[in-house]
Amino acid sequence: MFTERMAGTIPWERVRRAGSKLTTPLHPDDYLSLLNPLWSSRELRGRIEKVIPETEDAATLVIRPGWGWHYDHSPGQYVGIGVQVEGRFQWRSYSVSSPPRRSGRTISITVRAMPEGLLSAHLVKGLEPGTIVRLAKPEGDFVMPDPPPAQVLFLVGGSGITPVMAMLRTLDRRGTMPDVVLHYSSPTADRMIFRDELKALSDKHEQLTLHELHTDVDGMLDLAEMDRICPDWKQRSTWACGPGPMLDAVTEHWEQAGVEDNLHLERFSLELGGEGGEGGTITFRNSNKTIDADGATTVLEAGEQAGVGMPYGCRMGICHTCTLTLVSGTIRDLRSGDEFGQPNEPVQTCVTAAVGDCTFDI
Amino acid sequence: MAIADVKEYTHLSEEEVEQLGRELDAIRADIEESRNAKDAAYINRMIKIQRGLAAAGRVTLIAGTQSAKARKPAAVLGSSLLGVAKILENMEIGHNVMHGQWDWMNDPEIHSSNWEWDTAQPAEQWKHSHNYVHHQFTNVLGHDNDIGYGVLRMAREQKWHPYYLGQPVYNALLASLFQWGVSLHDLDLERIRKGEKDPKEMKRQLRQIVKKGRNQILKDYIVYPALSGKHWKTTLKANATANLARNLWSYMIIFCGHFPDGALHFTEEELEDETRAEWYLRQMLGSANFEGGRTLHILSGSLGYQIEHHLFPDLPSNRYPEISVKVRALCDKYDIPYTTGPLYKQYGQTFRTIMKLSLPNHMTATDDPAPPERRDTADERPRDHKRRSDEERQPRRRELGAYSRSPREREHD
Repeated sequence: MFTERMAGTIPWERVRRAGSKLTTPLHPDDYLSLLNPLWSSRELRGRIEKVIPETEDAATLVIRPGWGWHYDHSPGQYVGIGVQVEGRFQWRSYSVSSPPRRSGRTISITVRAMPEGLLSAHLVKGLEPGTIVRLAKPEGDFVMPDPPPAQVLFLVGGSGITPVMAMLRTLDRRGTMPDVVLHYSSPTADRMIFRDELKALSDKHEQLTLHELHTDVDGMLDLAEMDRICPDWKQRSTWACGPGPMLDAVTEHWEQAGVEDNLHLERFSLELGGEGGEGGTITFRNSNKTIDADGATTVLEAGEQAGVGMPYGCRMGICHTCTLTLVSGTIRDLRSGDEFGQPNEPVQTCVTAAVGDCTFDI
Repeated sequence: MAIADVKEYTHLSEEEVEQLGRELDAIRADIEESRNAKDAAYINRMIKIQRGLAAAGRVTLIAGTQSAKARKPAAVLGSSLLGVAKILENMEIGHNVMHGQWDWMNDPEIHSSNWEWDTAQPAEQWKHSHNYVHHQFTNVLGHDNDIGYGVLRMAREQKWHPYYLGQPVYNALLASLFQWGVSLHDLDLERIRKGEKDPKEMKRQLRQIVKKGRNQILKDYIVYPALSGKHWKTTLKANATANLARNLWSYMIIFCGHFPDGALHFTEEELEDETRAEWYLRQMLGSANFEGGRTLHILSGSLGYQIEHHLFPDLPSNRYPEISVKVRALCDKYDIPYTTGPLYKQYGQTFRTIMKLSLPNHMTATDDPAPPERRDTADERPRDHKRRSDEERQPRRRELGAYSRSPREREHD
């Protein structure tokens, strides 16, 4: 992973390799990070620079990433963030709300404290500037292409605004704001993240139309109203982000109209596709444990059921903590349906399931 | 006298042994549930201190050797800093991280699956020979290769041979070259000599050892001396002294774990149908602690709590002192011996055993505690005590710490 990340800066890599002769079996970064925690590319890290309250229960974290971070995320992508709580790293992922900037020094994520989400509450209320967090590379294909399509519709519910905000800021900064309709639902006006900034943006760009819906007063968005809210919705490239039931309804509505190709969705929980593997007997050879797993059970879950001390992090395919060597057999990535089966291939156990019998090196 | 049945030896009934097992499980659960930010801060602080000491030692040597006046004190100071850094890294950090004591933090930089330590043996081989073979089969003759490391005769049951007359010399050599002795440990030279070792596996292991050993030698004996310029010899000698000090210290601490009087050996029969509770009991009977202050314990990698470490190899080492209070109380309750003493006494007894066992049994008296009266050992069958291969062993237990191939090898295999 290290070499892959450093591929763009060859001289630095040479310096490090020479330096590692002095620090073997450790890495020069293991010593440099004692001087400044950000001076290490062994794991992606960041320092919390500012915590900006957005609403009563949401805050934007401005993070200064350390070595090895490229500021080239696409607007709309999410990053993994690992925070130590009671000594233990807990991982979650959040959309980046700041626009990508190659010359950037910081990235921002905006987090809403969920009622039963211990970590999100900790991120919003308990994080002090100066805290060092772990980061995972930006991922996700809920992105705005460059140049953008001519007509755009955003359907947003609650904190689903964050990836859309990154897209709007990028369009604003690049001066490529097309014809945009943003429909933003939130329980009340106070709970609307980025409300003032969105108002300012729509004042600045007359081609940006903002619809606010306060669901506590006006009720939930009825998709039958789409023709009234945005008469040409069928022609627009649409990005929808929000709670699961809302996205399910949107998908159904767009399918009925036969325009589901225009639709991009972002769900905040990992949805593993129906296309599972076939399942099989998974052998954990160093632990001497085996278990029969069906095609919908991830290798990680199967290992945990078998009582193997499986490494894991985000459990959604982001942080790569769970990577193990697949000694033999084939597994399927439940997100993409891709199959992997090279001998001794490193695979992410949290998003893959067995296709027939396979053996892992743990 | 080696023990064939721990229950019989301790006069405990099956129910009592199982009850003891449940009480030990409860101690484990208590610690597992209460691991917290303070524990995480402990290991992070240790790592910081250790890396600081190592860096300070290296810089002192390079800078100090440049001035004639400072050279001698710099050599002494630099080599002491480096020696302590190596001891801390090997004992309290490396050994414990590789047992998985800190895996619960979910921190990939402090994890048993990818920690590599500052000594000649590759981490992967250590995790096999130590976490699995030694910790699971502790003190079982023929199964635990740490009984004499295949070099020394440490149990009266091991057959005497004139070769063992040289034992005092082998012992001194093993102590001073300890890291290199350990690096060959998992290779199993005996099996190689007999042609029983899988050549592919042997080649793989040798490649790892050569690669790691080469980097270690390059660092301490070529690169750092070269950086010291004209006075390279001073740095080279200081580095060698630091390595020697670490070797002698770790040798002594490790030998105090299972060879003082009172730490018992077991025969293969004990392994047959051994329950988890009996495994606990065997760990308690086969290990010996030593007493000392907090600093001594940290520099010993918390192996002064050898009994607690063998009961719970994967619980954080900074919790062993509180665990030991509870374990000791259990030993009193069940009337089980708890072997401990000052470090000099524990090593003194070990040294006496090494010397004694260089001679045939009939020339020396046994230091083993008197066998309990009810025990019937008259029909003990002669057994061979040669090393077993993994196929001949029981499958590994999970709590001993994970065993995985080194991550670098995973990428390039």
